Amino acid sequence: MKSIADIKAIRDKMKGQINLRDNKDADTETRIVVGMATCGISAGARPVFNAFVDDIASRQLKNVKVTRTGCMGMCALEPIVEVHVPGEEPVTYVHVDAEKARKIVANHIVNGNVCTEYLIGDNK
Amino acid sequence: MVRSHVLVCGGTGCHSNNSAAIKKEFETLIKERGLENDVSVVGTGCFGLCAVGPIVIVYPEGAFYSGMKVEDVAEIVDEHLVKGRLVQRLLYKEKSDAHSVKALSETNFYKKQTRVALRNCGVINPEEIDEYIAEDGYQALIKCLTELKPQEVIDIIKASGLRGRGGGGFPTGLKWQFAANSPGPVKYVCCNADEGDPGAFMDRSILEGDPHAVLEAMAIAGYAIGAHQGYIYVRAEYPIAVQRLRIALEQAHEYGLLGKNILDTGFDFDLEIRLGAGAFVCGEETALMTSIEGNRGEPRPRPPFPAVKGLFGKPTILNNVETYANVCQIILKGAEWFSSMGTEKSKGTKVFALGGKITNTGLVEIPMGTTLREVIEDIGGGIPNGKHFKAAQTGGPSGGCIPAEHFDIPIDYDNLISIGSMMGSGGMIVMDEDNCMVDIAKFFLEFTVDESCGKCTPCRIGNRRLLEYLDKITTGQATLQDLDDMERLCYYIKANSLCGLGQTAPNPVLSTLRYFRDEYIAHVVDKRCPCHVCKGLARYTITDDCKGCSACARKCPVGAISGEIKSKFVIDPSKCIKCGVCMETCRFGAIVKE
Repeated sequence: MKSIADIKAIRDKMKGQINLRDNKDADTETRIVVGMATCGISAGARPVFNAFVDDIASRQLKNVKVTRTGCMGMCALEPIVEVHVPGEEPVTYVHVDAEKARKIVANHIVNGNVCTEYLIGDNK
Repeated sequence: MVRSHVLVCGGTGCHSNNSAAIKKEFETLIKERGLENDVSVVGTGCFGLCAVGPIVIVYPEGAFYSGMKVEDVAEIVDEHLVKGRLVQRLLYKEKSDAHSVKALSETNFYKKQTRVALRNCGVINPEEIDEYIAEDGYQALIKCLTELKPQEVIDIIKASGLRGRGGGGFPTGLKWQFAANSPGPVKYVCCNADEGDPGAFMDRSILEGDPHAVLEAMAIAGYAIGAHQGYIYVRAEYPIAVQRLRIALEQAHEYGLLGKNILDTGFDFDLEIRLGAGAFVCGEETALMTSIEGNRGEPRPRPPFPAVKGLFGKPTILNNVETYANVCQIILKGAEWFSSMGTEKSKGTKVFALGGKITNTGLVEIPMGTTLREVIEDIGGGIPNGKHFKAAQTGGPSGGCIPAEHFDIPIDYDNLISIGSMMGSGGMIVMDEDNCMVDIAKFFLEFTVDESCGKCTPCRIGNRRLLEYLDKITTGQATLQDLDDMERLCYYIKANSLCGLGQTAPNPVLSTLRYFRDEYIAHVVDKRCPCHVCKGLARYTITDDCKGCSACARKCPVGAISGEIKSKFVIDPSKCIKCGVCMETCRFGAIVKE
């Protein structure tokens, strides 16, 4: 038998997973888009993607969604990640790895400071 | 870590279109591609847009794929799940314009809906209690058991203005109050899931998509009135709903959310399923309880009302599935939230099963007060094939028709009654110009004659007589006097029948008489059916386009067609059995039906 605290714990744990299915606030949510065409995947986009998903779930960030997209055209710079914050210009990060992904979440998504060192402009 | 959810509809509509095989194919292919840790495949309840099923939705994009086939699965796995590109070909297209709609929430079908009772249908996996808990499931029960006194629970339900969704529209809070006030240590909570109206599938979809919501609400009701045992009366013809209810009951027991000492609060409440054998009369509350008791499902006179003397002679509350589906939300979000939706006397939302001549056959939930026009044109996508709206039938065999002149009426309990129909449980059958209203009335009456339990004479014999009048009308043997006699008989049956079945059975006749009397007159006086539906009144004639080929004469099974080769043939109406074979045979379109 579960206690009331157990039920609340199950709810909090499962919420992170179910949030993925919430499409209601599509206009107000932050989207992290990972390039996952052949080029992206072979450059290591999968662990990057998983790092984002893990980190967002463990921080229980609401209104942040991680999605994939196809080839963005600059295969040499993969893994490429675009961050769309509502009302702001999209930001493109290149050569992202899992560690950088976690930094992007901490600095950019949570605190609103763009990680300038990974930006496309400086790394071409 | 799961990054993507593939939701496959497992409601009855999609299920019968092979959605189980589609789900299996997804699971197989995802495993083959090594994505089983990234993508989870979830079977859900009804999404509502049954017309375009089987439906698959892929999150986080929310991509809405419709009309899926097993062969299409590979393309979605390879393109969408592996490469992240939407498969445009399979995305849902709004029928009116050609471009694809990406997400379910963007469709006109969903935009005007407000989902309260259906909130979890098509969102969670109904066979997984953890997913229900993630959507605040069982929080309402916890709130009641730990923060609220039973009377406070009843007060919230009363203040919300929730009315019974099964047909009558009796205030739910009041019903609970009566049962709570009845003395005695043993009381019961029952759920009416014996949804029998032709064309209605709201309750089935809720049970299939969100069974825990009903269990939780019944436990809350038990706490409110002081009952420790409940019964869910569900028809055996709903195998998926029954199976998911069983799974839900088992999981709730395992978690200690049902049974003795729930969540260590000292409150005991248990539930059992009772299967109905599919008799329509068992949807009537007293007959339903008689059936649970193990007797033949027959109604008994009221009073005493169930809240005073119900199941096994004890105080009982009996609510419909959809009513229960609203309860937990009201407890969590408050009575004010609920009563902010709807009209003055009808609060909240109502689920309708849209069927008949409508583009988007399916399940919709709208705030009370939405107009019929919005439901049919905006949400339902209008009438297919460019035909015109003639009437909408609500309330099933107990209800009536809403004609085009009331197209802009806001839908609520009292408005529908004022125009001679009723809310009913929520079936809405749309009819276009090709539907003969006398035939519709006959269809519903055949149903009630079939389903009458036979206990009281007005219903058993009166409705049979009524059907005979309709038979006379549709075969051209009736007189205007018959029309008047028939109408008088309707009122007699309504006034004298024992239970709701008989009291409402003449409604389809009365409401079609009220709005479409001209069609009845055409049948009676002109001996013709304006919509060419009633076979007994059809007349086949051969026009001057006849080339005299004799093909029809050779096909006619009764030898009613005669003539000379290369000149016009004629049909002898006294021999013709109106089978229509001649019309199908003619290659020149020279035979017309009148």
